Amino acid sequence: MKLPDLTELALRNLRESVLRNSLTTIGISVGVASLVAMLSLGIGLQQLASRRLMKSGLFDTVVVTSRRDLRNLGRDEDQTAPPPGESRILDEPTRQEIERLPNVLEAYPDIRFITELRYDDKPHMTMVAALPESAKSNDAFENVQGHFFSSDSAPEVIIQKAFAEELLGTTPKPGLDETDVKSLAPPLLGKELVMHYAQRAPASAPGQPSSGASYSVISREQKLTIVGVADLDPESMRGPTRARVFLPLKLAESLNVMQPTDLREITRATTDQPVYSSVSVRVKKPAEVQTVESAIKKMGFNTYSILDASRSIQQFFKVLDVFLGIFGSLALAVAFVGIVNTLVMAILERRREIGIMKAIGASDADVKRLFFAEAGAMGILGGVVGVALGWAIGQVINAGTNVYLRRQSFPPEHFWSVPWWLVAFAVVFSFVVSLAAGLYPAGRAARLDPVQALRYE
Amino acid sequence: MSQSSVALGNFTAGPPAAASAIRLEELRRHYSMGSSVIRAVDGVSLSIPAGEFAALLGSSGSGKSSVLNLMAGLDRPTSGSVIVHGRDLARLTRQELADYRLRTVGMVFQSFNLIASMSIAENVELPMRFAEVDRNRRDALAREALCRVGLEARMKHRPSELSGGEQQRAALARALINRPKILLADEPTGNLDSHTGTEIMNLIREFNGQMGMTVVMVTHERALAERYAQRLIFLADGKLAGDEPNSAAEVRKETP
Repeated sequence: MKLPDLTELALRNLRESVLRNSLTTIGISVGVASLVAMLSLGIGLQQLASRRLMKSGLFDTVVVTSRRDLRNLGRDEDQTAPPPGESRILDEPTRQEIERLPNVLEAYPDIRFITELRYDDKPHMTMVAALPESAKSNDAFENVQGHFFSSDSAPEVIIQKAFAEELLGTTPKPGLDETDVKSLAPPLLGKELVMHYAQRAPASAPGQPSSGASYSVISREQKLTIVGVADLDPESMRGPTRARVFLPLKLAESLNVMQPTDLREITRATTDQPVYSSVSVRVKKPAEVQTVESAIKKMGFNTYSILDASRSIQQFFKVLDVFLGIFGSLALAVAFVGIVNTLVMAILERRREIGIMKAIGASDADVKRLFFAEAGAMGILGGVVGVALGWAIGQVINAGTNVYLRRQSFPPEHFWSVPWWLVAFAVVFSFVVSLAAGLYPAGRAARLDPVQALRYE
Repeated sequence: MSQSSVALGNFTAGPPAAASAIRLEELRRHYSMGSSVIRAVDGVSLSIPAGEFAALLGSSGSGKSSVLNLMAGLDRPTSGSVIVHGRDLARLTRQELADYRLRTVGMVFQSFNLIASMSIAENVELPMRFAEVDRNRRDALAREALCRVGLEARMKHRPSELSGGEQQRAALARALINRPKILLADEPTGNLDSHTGTEIMNLIREFNGQMGMTVVMVTHERALAERYAQRLIFLADGKLAGDEPNSAAEVRKETP
């Protein structure tokens, strides 16, 4: 029998027992909906985590530290590398060398220090970090109130919301709604902060020979204008956002602020060039991160990238997806039994009809295909309705959760995702499961003895 | 049935006719029922020439329907052969048997056996779907067949909306739609009143006469068989109990 005839007959047969077949199809739909709901939750959560990581601005960033950095001791690093005492120093020439590597956009030192800032003659201790010009395009700074630095060496600062609250004395009490950054910015923008810091100044006069690095430490102050207030999460990923006050990078470099590494490296440094605790390397695209990391490791440095963390996260989500998929499939397994039951009932009910069809020339294969087509049609219909149902359930749960999040003063999140491949997969899976469910009934119908079937009343 | 025994002797003794449409050779169909064996058909040999209208007569349980099912390829013999147009049905695969039922034989039953969920036109069209006839041709052929049995106005009706006679006419149209060489009818008038039964029998005789179709009809009504069949074959306890030509039918056929 030709496929269009087969399909037409199958659909006609399904319409004949509309209630029973509808209930079976609903069973399949619920199974598919549960599968889609579970998997789309897993995928959505994975995408949410990825978005969060991307927002950190470090997805395309490799953080380079010296092997001498004792924070790295005990990490699983290259065992063939020289011991920390003999490894290279992360200084300015090295930074330039890294910047020349293929696929590297820029390599900038992570300048960060804890210092005192005075506002209205009141001292405030906080972490200050330098930001390169490229941070302007970083997602994390897209909601800055005010503006980004007017130049890379301007005496300006962007402060973090929590620090702004501290300056204004409006630190919210736990449990209360957070203050909106838009209301914090106006009284602070354009105001002056005075930063006290320890400057590292060359000890020897210019022109005088030096046997090594030496410098003196001088207390300085720098007036800075607040140009922006950023709604950044200080607990987000490691990086510039962990600090609460941000300076333009060139300005920070020109200030020659004393760094903790200066003391550690003074015994090894041959010049009075600055030595960095870490250098952030921005790579052209995330796919190149691994290559760049390897190249830097070969230079004798430790590297760390968010991709390392995201790989573990991806692995976790893959496992989560498998588990969610298994739970979702359980409902489909119940639907499987439902299809078998419906088709076996249909054979009993249509025993005589099968006998008639065989008597007038239907082959075993025709009968088998007809039952398969009926199972397949229920599978496809159940799959399509199930996907729609799963999507709707997702939307409702997403909306409900966002209402809850808003009440808890959290921004709404989209943690539900039904990608096209999942739609196709769910419908195909439902079709295949239904065909598998039709195997036994179809075989039984095909083997039916026409003489016995025609005698059946 | 002494006269039948004579006929039996006459019929089975000689070699099979060259133009035989159906030839049964020592045909047996036994069923096991627990420890006992039911011999539904027990060593029947006969030959039906192409174009003949033969009636299989016998009381209930005589094995006539079992013989018809074996001729139709619906059942397989325990032993012996059913040779139809030179092909031994016992040697055919299930697929080949299905194809044989589709193209070589047409069947009508006492209880009509139309599919209740389909319209009359769809019932008639169904064998053509299995034969993979083109949809447009199918519609035209079904219409033509239904016109021929006088049901053109009832095409869209379901079997339950038709009288018994109309249903049997539709079943006849379905049986003949793939232009089979043999028509097998199992008590075709069993569920019909005498007037409607006569209508159906006239139609069958018409197909036999005009199309040269071989007809084998199972009936327990001797009068009906004598009126229409050219040959009367008697069965009793699964054995051939008589086989005689029926010249009376010939007369009626010429003077309808």
